[in-house]
Amino acid sequence: MAGKTLYDKIWDLHQVRRDDDGTVLLYIDRHLVHEVTSPQAFEGLEIAQRPLWRKRSILAVPDHNVPTTGLEYGITDPVARLQVDTLNQNCDKYELTEFKMGDVRQGIVHVIGPEQGATLPGMTVVCGDSHTSTHGAFAALAFGIGTSEVEHVMATQCLIQKKSKNMRVTVAGPVAEGITAKDIVLHIIGVIGTAGGTGCTIEFAGEAINNLSMEGRMTVCNMTIEAGARAGLIACDQTTLDYVKGRPFAPRGEIWDRAVDFWSDLHTDADAVFDREVVIDADDIAPQVTWGTSPEMVCSVTGRVPDPALESDPIKAGGMQNALDYMGLAANTAFDQVRLDKIFIGSCTNSRIEDLRAAAAVVRGRKVADTIKQAMVVPGSGLVKQQAEDEGLDQVFIDAGFEWREPGCSMCLGMNADRLEPGERCASTSNRNFEGRQGQGGRTHLVSPAMAAAAAIAGHFVDVRNI
Amino acid sequence: MDKFVKFTGIVAAIDRPNIDTDAIIPKQYLKSIKRTGFGVNLFDDWRYLDPGEPGQDHSKRRLNPKFVLNREPCSRAQILLARENFACGSSREHAVWALLDFGIRVVIAPSFADIFYNNAFKNGLLPIALGNAPVEQLFAEYKKSEDYRLSIDLEQQVVSNAHGVEIPFEIDESRKYCLMHGLDDIGLTMQHADEIRAFEQAYYERMPWLQ
Repeated sequence: MAGKTLYDKIWDLHQVRRDDDGTVLLYIDRHLVHEVTSPQAFEGLEIAQRPLWRKRSILAVPDHNVPTTGLEYGITDPVARLQVDTLNQNCDKYELTEFKMGDVRQGIVHVIGPEQGATLPGMTVVCGDSHTSTHGAFAALAFGIGTSEVEHVMATQCLIQKKSKNMRVTVAGPVAEGITAKDIVLHIIGVIGTAGGTGCTIEFAGEAINNLSMEGRMTVCNMTIEAGARAGLIACDQTTLDYVKGRPFAPRGEIWDRAVDFWSDLHTDADAVFDREVVIDADDIAPQVTWGTSPEMVCSVTGRVPDPALESDPIKAGGMQNALDYMGLAANTAFDQVRLDKIFIGSCTNSRIEDLRAAAAVVRGRKVADTIKQAMVVPGSGLVKQQAEDEGLDQVFIDAGFEWREPGCSMCLGMNADRLEPGERCASTSNRNFEGRQGQGGRTHLVSPAMAAAAAIAGHFVDVRNI
Repeated sequence: MDKFVKFTGIVAAIDRPNIDTDAIIPKQYLKSIKRTGFGVNLFDDWRYLDPGEPGQDHSKRRLNPKFVLNREPCSRAQILLARENFACGSSREHAVWALLDFGIRVVIAPSFADIFYNNAFKNGLLPIALGNAPVEQLFAEYKKSEDYRLSIDLEQQVVSNAHGVEIPFEIDESRKYCLMHGLDDIGLTMQHADEIRAFEQAYYERMPWLQ
């Protein structure tokens, strides 16, 4: 019998029952909850008079609607405030663990889970948010669910699931100096496409992945959903254990040792077979910039904006032209000719301490270009913010002309006041460049924190390796 | 959830791949704590010429006359036809609620994003994945007709046009069953509550750090 993949192993551990047609009742260990996708689920439970199955599996935090400035005024938007108040009321009523606004542990749900040790290897982790894939960095099976499923997990601690296919993306060899996790994952999406992983769980492997820190691995797994796969996975190794150990929700003492022993099996067996394998040469990866309105519309900063006239598939060419029209870009433009209005460093993809350090290293002693209307840094959590301030990074950003904000999802999706105006062009460390994502008519280019910082200084895109 | 019964409905088509959930229902409307009322903001950025905010009287906004759902008879569409990777992006179930609230009961496309596909069934919206060739054929017929209608027969798993041309589609048996009977997933799972409890007991003995 062939060996098991990491996905097979975690799946089998959590299988409560399996019907003949392959429908599985899958047990859920950790349920992360935020204000946007939970109110209707709580309401459903209340209407049906159903109790929560396992309250301690839940960790809740408001993040999408939270303002990143003027916290002393609270949330001024009454609709957003009602949503956050509703989360608070529900968590109080059901006695759930919640990091409310004002708590230093509050932040983006996918930042605080790992930060608290609430995400552990071998777990199943769900949240009503597609970027739940982030937690796959810990060899945890983590995926986004809709509100009906949020309610289902609250009521039963399980989900009705069919197993996905096994896919592996191997990034062979080490990446070159100056190439980050964000460049790796954007390049992967460029190669396999935005639906390249649909129906699959993707395991990321290879030297370039193994060399990443946990924060880099989270960036890669975070964007798995941008390649169509609900879940991304990376094997558990010493890097994983070193990160998890000692965190507030992590096991301690003898139980920790037992857990470590158990977790040592959380990797794909050598003789396991994948349904699909993609191998990428790490040497091919340069700093990436997206040029269109889908994350697959990406190329190297050293390249030029592609030309739809050279695309043989007419539907694809039409899609490219639509994207260029929306983005206000001409084919064959060099990226150093693309001038920016705003810079956003933040989001569940790139708002952790290493991201801020990487951006600060580029910014240190320099000034944001006069032509940039606004450049902001939004730390992923209160603890990230505190750490950055302890290291003096806030002052580096402020001295350069960046705004130093409070934690939250912010301009990644512009549910709060942080957004692009129509036609504004932004270098953003977030995960989606969809039309209107950062504000109606806004134009988003996805890049790494270092590339966003370099663009802020230059006023246009530059190859961060050259500054 | 209502039972899904055979019906014939008006088709509206949007000829682009990778229609994302931000396009289906923009973020400002996700602030609602209700499941209803999203239909008026379905495809908001494409449907209106002016920006919209929650709580506003949307009937006073300027409609984009070029957008398909603003044109007769597609403003009464029950079936949406689109290209591959429909509803990629976020997990927001509001995308499904917006389609249903508008009146859409079926989406036909060559492929769907996984989370949306799941969410659709939980609410009685039927996503039908057809191959590229049949979708191409439907687009061709749609473009030739002023009032294009299709019949959807879930029991027989067939999409058919007015001329009786039938296109079969695949669907998971258990999903079909739930849709046809309007079943609530949570109720189904609760029938296995004892099994879940038994599973938990063995599980936490083996992995006490998760307790």
